[in-house]
Amino acid sequence: MKKYLLPSLRLTAVLLVLLCILYPLFIAAVAKLAPGGGDGVTVSYKGKVVGYENIGQGFKSDKYFQPRPSAVGYNAAGSGASNKGPTNPDYLKSVQAAIDTFMVHNPGVNKADIPAELVTASGSGLDPDLSPEGAKIQVKRVAALRHISEQDLMKLVEEHTEKPLLGILGPEKVNVLKLNIALDEIKELSK
Amino acid sequence: MNTEITGIIVTYGITLLLAIPLGKYIAKVFAGEKVWTDFLKPFERLIYRLSGIDPTEEMSWKGHMKAMLTISSLWLVYAFFALIFQDKLPLNPDRNPGQTPDLAFNTAISFLVNCNVQDYSGETGVTYFTQLFVLMFLHFASAASAIAAMMVVYKGMKEKSVTTLGNFWDFFVKSITRFLLPGAVLVAIILAFNGTPASYKGKDTVITMQGDTTQVSRGPAAVMIAIKHLGTNGGGWFGANSAHPFECPNYLTYMLEMIAQVVIPIALVFALGFYLKKKKLAYVIFGVMTIGMFMFLIPTLQAEIHGNPAIAHMGISPTNTAMEGKEVRFGVPATAYWSTVTTIISTGSANGAHDSYMPMTTAMQLMAMMVNCFYGGCGAGFLNYYIFIIIAVFISGLMVGRTPEFMGHKVEAKEMKIASIAALLHPFLILSFTALASYVLVYHPDIHWAFQPKNWLGNPGYHGFSEMLYQNTSVAANNGSAMGGLTANNMFWNVTTGVILLISRFIPIIAPVAIAGIMAQKKYIPESAGTLKTDTGTFGLMTLAVILIIAALAFFPSLTLGPLAELFNMK
Repeated sequence: MKKYLLPSLRLTAVLLVLLCILYPLFIAAVAKLAPGGGDGVTVSYKGKVVGYENIGQGFKSDKYFQPRPSAVGYNAAGSGASNKGPTNPDYLKSVQAAIDTFMVHNPGVNKADIPAELVTASGSGLDPDLSPEGAKIQVKRVAALRHISEQDLMKLVEEHTEKPLLGILGPEKVNVLKLNIALDEIKELSK
Repeated sequence: MNTEITGIIVTYGITLLLAIPLGKYIAKVFAGEKVWTDFLKPFERLIYRLSGIDPTEEMSWKGHMKAMLTISSLWLVYAFFALIFQDKLPLNPDRNPGQTPDLAFNTAISFLVNCNVQDYSGETGVTYFTQLFVLMFLHFASAASAIAAMMVVYKGMKEKSVTTLGNFWDFFVKSITRFLLPGAVLVAIILAFNGTPASYKGKDTVITMQGDTTQVSRGPAAVMIAIKHLGTNGGGWFGANSAHPFECPNYLTYMLEMIAQVVIPIALVFALGFYLKKKKLAYVIFGVMTIGMFMFLIPTLQAEIHGNPAIAHMGISPTNTAMEGKEVRFGVPATAYWSTVTTIISTGSANGAHDSYMPMTTAMQLMAMMVNCFYGGCGAGFLNYYIFIIIAVFISGLMVGRTPEFMGHKVEAKEMKIASIAALLHPFLILSFTALASYVLVYHPDIHWAFQPKNWLGNPGYHGFSEMLYQNTSVAANNGSAMGGLTANNMFWNVTTGVILLISRFIPIIAPVAIAGIMAQKKYIPESAGTLKTDTGTFGLMTLAVILIIAALAFFPSLTLGPLAELFNMK
């Protein structure tokens, strides 16, 4: 073993310099050219940074499109899921409660149209997206509270629907933060 | 739905298209043939010179293993102390505390052995220094040392009658300089351009649209996420792993990370064919492994797309009812495909919450880790498969009344003993430690520990048992994924899983290397009409049968107590 100890030490030292200093610094330098400069891509509204494009926000007001339930309350200092099993009775009760709450806040919607994502927590607790169905089912509520026509809002959701990659790969999605910014901009315009 | 299925098919297709040329390239690198990356040779010579290594010095199989164990012990001590004292070291912008000794013991071993089970959360449990200089360093080092060990076996299969099998440092360094590091640079740059943070800036504080003040954890994550996949490590930067929208921001990065984690394990199988100049053998092995993958993937997809009947009964939209713990940008099928791949190979990175998958998926994930050789981890996957080949050769030999031979060397009692111990170790560790945990939980739920066993489980009933079985299976397979409901950061789980990790990494590496080393020393017997052919479909099926019988017989009772019982009680 002794024979291998010194080479082990020296090789470890050399690799620490290569892999843990040079490699990350090189990537950090290249990332300066990327959107957000490697610090994460921020979103601004009226000249102020209001969040990160990829990090969901816990919109609670009924006047906004609301995101999915979150196990970490959309606090991106951490991240995590509910970790509830599919047959856990407490979990199923909480899903039922989320459905009931949704029905109270969204009178007139058809229960059978509620997509499960709106009553289940995401894997990260920071999911920034909804499916188009998840946004559209909230249109009625938001339109009524903001006195905007449902048609206009539907159009807004469709404009903000991101198509699958190359049109054929993966699901469609709507970024909730960007959609809500667009929503506030409508208000500004009508003033 | 349709675009989601095409997404999976295209992802797998691209993986295969890349794996074949990559396998050819890797074979040439290790055979010392000319490749386009030979311009790195002076750079490698510099590494050898600075380290005082002679890369041409031939080592016996024992020499290889001594080198591996020496450098691994060194890394273990270094990692343990760095994690304990991380609060006193630089690069800690979020001011995270040092780890407790039991957590540091578990974390250090877990990353040393390529498992990456994480009993801490990335945002709060480690610092930028330990993420980069300990965990990411071990991502590279553990993958490269397993590939080096695998190369010893490849060389043992190739040579006719030798006592030495190349140089460990040479295999190790070349794994890093010729594909792990260049691949990581490429993947990290693509990630950075898709929104994954790569700078050293700490937590940001943001005032949201609604006027709340929230924090956003950041850091040089892209570099670590790249190698956590290429090296089949899986230990991520953020707590939620690749479900975190910084760790995997969109569908393009989903495909990238998906390809990155499985392309090297598949390429290494093709590399065997090119290296031995026995392509048919490699295709048969690849075929068996692929059948194995589909055996787990199809029930998983079916269960996840069908969803949770209990939620469907509540009267909401019946599609995608299994969205608990999943992300909208990936969708159900892509998350299901990831869950199969991450468990057949030993990555264990997750883009959804494993605790919230359907019981059938849990059963498939457990089986995948119990078998642990369909593609498998970098290097380690083939080493596990090699053990099953030896057993299959021996059994087939007995069945047809021929002397068991593999690659022109006799398989005799000594090799069979080693192979049997290696094959039985895996069920022994998983089942005995799960039995121990169950015993403690049932008979001593209120024992006077800082964290009482009655608080371990996040879910009641059969699912709770699955959580414990999953944890032990994951560490024994050096996989590292976890059902997050189990509270594992306490003395009992940190220590027991730490012990399983050490045993289940090094014995399954040493055993095949020993067999290959011993067989390579034997007299070479040229192939004749009486030789059992190992590159045929029949022999492939024989190996598959051996794998399934060992896994199914040993593990089936435990599966019935956990996920299967839950499945049959679903309404």
